[in-house]
Order: sequence, then C-alpha cells, then structure tokens
Amino acid sequence: MDILWLIPTLPLLGFTILVLSSGRMPREKARVVGIGSIALSFMTTLYIATQYYAAASHGLDHGAGFTVSLWPWIVAGDLNLNFSLYLDGLSLSMLFVITGVGTLIHIYASGYMWDDPDYTRFFTYMNLFVAAMLMLVLADNLVLMFLGWEGVGLCSFLLIGFWYKDPENGFAARKAFVVTRAGDTAFAIGLFLLFRELGSLEIQEILHRATDEWEVGANMPTLIAILLLGGAVGKSAQLPLQTWLPDAMAGPTPVSALIHAATMVTAGVYLIARTHPVFLLSPTAMTLVASVGLITLLIAGFTALNQWDIKRVLAYSTMSQIGYMFLALGVEAWDSSIFHLMTHALFKALLFLTAGSIILALHHEQDIRKMGGLRKQLPVPFWCFLIGSACLIALPPTSGFWSKEPILLAAWEVDPVFWAGAVLGAFLTAIYTTRLMILVFFYTPEGGPPETHEPKGWQLHPPLIILAALSLVAGAFQLPAADALPHAHEHHPPLWVEVTGILLPLVGIFIGYQVFLKEKWQGLRMANQQGLRDFLAKGWGFDWLYDALLVKPFLTLARLNRNDLVDLVPKGVVVASTQCYYFFSRGQNGQLRFYVATMAAAAIMIISLALFT
Amino acid sequence: MTDAVIIDHAFILAAILFCLGLTGVLVRRNLVFVLISLEVMLNAAGLAFIAAGSAWGQADGQIMFLAVVTLGAAEVAVGLGLTLLLFRRFNSIDIDQLNKLKG
Amino acid sequence: MSAIFFYNFIFYSTAVIAVVATLLMITRHNAVHALLYLIISSLSMAIIFYLLGAPFAAVLEVIIYAGAVMILFVFVVMMLNLGHRSVEQEAAWLPAKGWIVPSILAAVLLMLLVAGLGEPENLRGVHLVGVKEVGIVLFGPYLLVVELASFLLLAGLVGAYHLARRSTPPTPKYGDAQSHFTPVSDSEADEAATDQRIEEGKA
Repeated sequence: MDILWLIPTLPLLGFTILVLSSGRMPREKARVVGIGSIALSFMTTLYIATQYYAAASHGLDHGAGFTVSLWPWIVAGDLNLNFSLYLDGLSLSMLFVITGVGTLIHIYASGYMWDDPDYTRFFTYMNLFVAAMLMLVLADNLVLMFLGWEGVGLCSFLLIGFWYKDPENGFAARKAFVVTRAGDTAFAIGLFLLFRELGSLEIQEILHRATDEWEVGANMPTLIAILLLGGAVGKSAQLPLQTWLPDAMAGPTPVSALIHAATMVTAGVYLIARTHPVFLLSPTAMTLVASVGLITLLIAGFTALNQWDIKRVLAYSTMSQIGYMFLALGVEAWDSSIFHLMTHALFKALLFLTAGSIILALHHEQDIRKMGGLRKQLPVPFWCFLIGSACLIALPPTSGFWSKEPILLAAWEVDPVFWAGAVLGAFLTAIYTTRLMILVFFYTPEGGPPETHEPKGWQLHPPLIILAALSLVAGAFQLPAADALPHAHEHHPPLWVEVTGILLPLVGIFIGYQVFLKEKWQGLRMANQQGLRDFLAKGWGFDWLYDALLVKPFLTLARLNRNDLVDLVPKGVVVASTQCYYFFSRGQNGQLRFYVATMAAAAIMIISLALFT
Repeated sequence: MTDAVIIDHAFILAAILFCLGLTGVLVRRNLVFVLISLEVMLNAAGLAFIAAGSAWGQADGQIMFLAVVTLGAAEVAVGLGLTLLLFRRFNSIDIDQLNKLKG
Repeated sequence: MSAIFFYNFIFYSTAVIAVVATLLMITRHNAVHALLYLIISSLSMAIIFYLLGAPFAAVLEVIIYAGAVMILFVFVVMMLNLGHRSVEQEAAWLPAKGWIVPSILAAVLLMLLVAGLGEPENLRGVHLVGVKEVGIVLFGPYLLVVELASFLLLAGLVGAYHLARRSTPPTPKYGDAQSHFTPVSDSEADEAATDQRIEEGKA
C-alpha cells in the first residue's frame, strides 16, 4: 500500500516531462512517455490489487479501506485537511477502469494522432487528465476530490478545444466548461454545508457522522444530497446540464473515448456512490437521482435516433447509459451501477475507438449518410463495432447484459414506472444502435460503398481487439467494489418482467432491421415529420431554452452594463488628464514674451501674497 | 523735504524704471530692443541697491551694484552674440520666430 | 536758496529726465535712437548715484554702462545693418493694442512695489560712501566677489566669441542687395583662399 501514491503521480510525472520538453520532443519519445506513464500506473494498480485482495482474504472488515496520508495540506481554524489517498473496493474498481482502459486508449491514440502536428501537446493534456481523474477517485477528503474534479474539468476543456484554430471547437470547449461549472458550484456549496454541519471534510468521517447526526428524511441531508447531485449531473451530462456532451464531440476521438465515455462523465456516478450514506438519509434525493437518470436516458435515446454524426449518436448513447447508472443509484442498486460503469467504459470506449478507425479510413468523414456497406472493406472495425453494439443493446451473454439486467430488476422493485422507462430506454437503444450498424456497415447506397484507405499504424487494431474481448467476458468478473457498497436487496420479480427485459431489445433490433435495411414501415421513420425530427435532433430544445433563458439575458445585461458607473472612474481619470494636458500645453507656446509675462504675473502674485497675508 | 524722503523716492524711481523696462521686454519683438529693456531693468535694480547702501551708510550697496553691472555686461555680450546667430540663421531678429520648444 | 533745495531740484529733475528718456526709449522704432535715449537715461542715473552719495557707482555707471555696454549695442546694431526697412517693420510690430496688457501688468506690479515700500518713517538720511571705503571692502570681505566677477566675465567673453564666430560664408544681408559689409573671416579655409588670391595676384 505504500506505493499507492505512485498511481496518480506517474501520469503527473509524464505530464511534467512533456510540458517541460515544450514541443521539442520527437513523437516517438513523446508517445513512450505518454503511454508509459499510464501503463506503469496500471501495473501499479495491479500490484496494489494483489495486496488488497491478500488483505481482504485475511478477513478484512467489510467495506474498510486503506488510507495513505501524504502530507498536511490545509490547516485553518477548524479545518484540518491532509493530502491523503483512500483505497477501497470502489476506488480500486475505478482505478482499473481508468488505468486499464486509459492505457488502451493511449496506445490507440498514439496511432490515431500520428499525423497531427500537436502530437506532444495531446499526450501532455491526456496525462494531466488521467492524473486528475486518479486524484479524484483516490481522494480521502472532499476537497482533494474537488481538486481532481476541477482538474478533469480543465483537461476536458483543453482537450475538447484541442484543435483550437477552429473557433467552433473553442465554443464547444467553453460551453462544456461553463455548464459543468454550474454543477461545480452546486458541489462546492454542498461541501460548505457539509463542513458547517459535520465539521469535517474527510469522506469516511463524514459518512460516519452523517448517520449519527441526521435521521432519515431530514432537511439538511436532502439539501446536501441535492447539491451533490447538482455537481454530479454537471459532470456526467445528465438533465438539466446535459447540453455540453454532444458538442464535446468536437475533440479528437480518443478524447471522446477516454473522457466522455469511460472516465470523466462517470465521475458523477462515483461521487454519488462514494457519498451514498448521505443519499440514503434522504429518500427525496434518491427519488430525484433515479428520476434524473430515467428522464435523461429517455431524452437521450429519442435524440440518438435522429443524429447523422456517428460520434453524436455515441455521445447521446453515453448520456443514456449514464442515465442508467444514475437510475441504478437511485434504486439502491449500488454495485450494479458501478458494474455498469465498468462494462460501459469497456464497450463505449470500444465503440468510440472503432468509430475513430472508420473516420480515419474515410478521410475524416463523420456523417453516416455518407457511409454504408463498409463491412467488407473494414473487417476489424466491423466485428469490433458489432461486439460493442451487442454489449450496448445488452444482448446475453455479453457483459452489457450482465450489468443492465440487475438494474432493470432493481428498478422494478422500487417502482414499476422506473422499470417501464428503463425498458423503453433499452428498446430505443436497440433501435438506434441497429440503425447505426446498418447505416454504416450494411446498407449499401446506390453509388456503392465509399472509398476507404487503411490507416497506417500498428497501434490501431490491438486495443480494439483487447477491448472487444474484455467486453465479451467482463460479465464473469466479481467486482471489488461490491465490498465497499451496500448489497442490493435480492430481487424476485415475476418472470414476465425478466422476459420482457430480454425480449424487448430483440424486438427493437428487428424493427431497426426492417426500417433501415429492408426499408419497410417507412411511416415509422421520423424523418417524415420535420418538426418533430428537428425538435428531437436538437436535444429536445434544451440548447434553445438555455440560450433564451440564460445566455441572451446575460449578454444583454453585459452590453447594457458596458458603460457603467464604475467605468466612469478610470474614464474620468483619462478625460481629466487629457483636459489638463490640453490646458497646460497651451501655456507652452514657445513665445518668449509670453513666458516673461507669466513670470511677471507670478511675481505680482507672490508679492501680493507676501504683502497682504 | 528732508534727506530721508530722498531714499524713499529713489526706491520709487527704481520701481518705475523697473516696470518701464518690463513693459519694454513684454512689448517689443526685436531682440535688440528686448536686450535694451533688460538693461534698463538691471539699471533700476542697481539704483535700488545704491539707495539702500546709502541709507545704511555701508559700501555693500555699491558692491552689489558692481556685481549687477558685471552681470549685465556679461549677459549683454552673450545676448548680442546670440542675436548675431539668430540673424544669420533666420535673417531676421524677431524673437517670435523662436517658438520651436512648444508643446 | 538753500543747498537742500538745489539738491532736491537736481534730484527730481534728473529723475524726471531718466523716466522720460526710458519711456521714449521703449517706444522708438529706430534702434539707434533708442540706444541714444538709453545713454541719456544712464547718464541721469549716474547723476542720481552721485547725489545719493555713491561717486564710485556714478563713475562706474558712466564708464561701463554708458561707455562700454551701450557702445557694444551700437556696434551690433550697426553690424546687423538692418536698414530703413527695419524701421517700418518695427512700426508694424508695435500696434497700439499690443501695449495694453503689458502696461496693465507693469502698472499692477508698480503699485505693488510702491505699496510694499511702506511708510518712510525709519528711513535714514543719505550717507556718503566714498571710493576709499568701497576699495577697502572690495579687498576685504568682498574679495571673492571680485574673483567671481572675473569668472563671469571670462565666461561671457569666451561665450560671446564662440557664438559670434563665423565659420561659414556670410549669408546675404537683410534689406540690401549689395552688401556693404564684408566680414573678416577667421576660418582656415577662407584664409587659405585669401592666401591663394594673394599668390595669384602676385603671379
């Protein structure tokens, strides 16, 4: 356990080396540093895991973790924070996801970004991101977690706007940052309240004191839980702060895979899982979490049906799947939620990286209307995408099935409405995923499939194959997180519930097959209803709503306030000094007689002063 | 009238001459006339010194007058040299032309 | 008539002459006329100095002031050789309304100065301070004044020489087409040219 601190430090070291090299490092070395730091972190994680399991098999107390305190950080009044790391099953699961999937994505990215002139900068930002994310999941106190939280927000901004020369990318990055900022503010207020009420910010302390201090259903835990939820929805792109995720696809594809599928957007889920005792104290908050998850997954599902950009489909799909995770948290299926987080990380990263291969092969074409019939030309991406889609639709026996089914069953236990919504979401997932598969790989347009060229680089295929294999078999693993989270209740739903849950996605696949490949039942296609299509395609009008409610008033106020009172002071100084300048410079006209006259006048004044005072 | 008032009237005379000289400096544009008027002012100052020295019965007044005259002589020499320079350069001795140090 | 009456008469009439001469001086258009009036003013100042019991100062005034400084002025005015066109220009430069502001300024200053003089209650009388006394003081406490005065004069001398030195060919004179005045050049080039001309004249 002593080397726990290496895990976040190695990527940070990689970042420092790359930053200090300031772009002079050749690409071969840069990728060694970039990939190597994450790979070393992964190996350290494996070593730590062996130690953890060894300790656990010696009868470790259920849910206890290891704290490694590095140094005292903030000591101010009652606040006494250390820079300390905490390892338990939950953080260990997250570590596996971040370092494991991160290493694979870095390897892929070293081939994907090879032709980009800003190769080193990319790996610099990615290493910083991984370091911040690791800090987030390993933090022992909420302030350190907030540090990691802000760090990943910064790196998300930097990476979305990676190709900064196009201003649209900058706008997307700024939008992401500002929207998550709103969530971060809620998170911070929640932290302040927690400190004021409980007197500490260390997570384990808080969780013990919370159950002592408050009873179930009290106002304060509800408020705090809602504020923490606000932070979580910001980072995880759920309602109402979900508008930034589709635009975040402006970043390079490995960024979308790592940050906006596997890790950063799951930070919200991690936060709620970590502080679950506080949430458990407030049934209102739990219902809110589940409702937010449910509504988001439905909205995202409907929207994904209408997207033409392959990455945007996957983005809305991510939003939807995280909705499932929130739903699972809200119905107290804690370990299912984290399990789904893990499997989702695997197959969503797989889908994004495969999409990246397709995009590269088609010379950076992302519109699926221009693709079609590619399964013969791109065999490896085709099979990987097929496996990823199967996991996404949760077909048995893929890992997606093993993680999504418990969520559906737990939802049934709490409220049939939740279950119905979740099943509807699975139905929609099947339809849009099938649509994507067909339009990209099967459906051949009249002119024949588009031209492809094999992208060079040995790094592009192996990560895909590894991720595909893992997605298939991950259902068999027992998650270490299960130790840290309360066990879900045993589910015994009626048989028809389980059967519906398995069959409905199959029905969705069939419908998608008919509509998009066989081109029957065209009346179902929403392409025929322009108004509805536009509304759904633009994310149910949230962008427009926020623009009208928040952006336009803000800009109007800023414009009105441009010449405000406070401005008068510096402007007044400028005007006054300019006037003084004009006034006094008239007395410097270079005329000798004028100077003598002023001297005489001054003499008069001085003499009269001397005489008459 | 007694002697004492003479001193006072000498001072008044000095003041009058000083102010006349000042008027001359202010009014005339010809550099030579300006220098001449300056001489008048110096002269008036010297008269004031002499009158004061006479009133106190000390030689200091005349010493100061000597210094003033020396000063005037040196200043006139340099001033007239500058006048010559001015004339050679601008072909006129209008001091209103010398206004390049403005702003 | 008592001596005091003569004394006062001479004093006041000389004072009037001085004021009138100065007044005329500053209003002349012709430079030489102005200088002559200035000489008159200086001479009347000398008489007043003498009446105030300062014969040394009176003689100094005549010798240095009226004698050297004014003559220097006259020389320069002659050297500039401005001609009668300058007289017209002077007239143009002195419009009536140009006198208003300076006169007001000077008048105010005069009134202040006179007011500052105050009542002549504790004034002493006129004392004679002879040349011998002045000489003793000059060689005694005021020795440094003499030295400093010599510094000043040296500086003025060198400065005036340097400023007025001509190292370029003379520019055409103001007003007249032919130049009546050919200055003596003291630069080496001109001397060499003059030597050459002498040589050519000989050859």
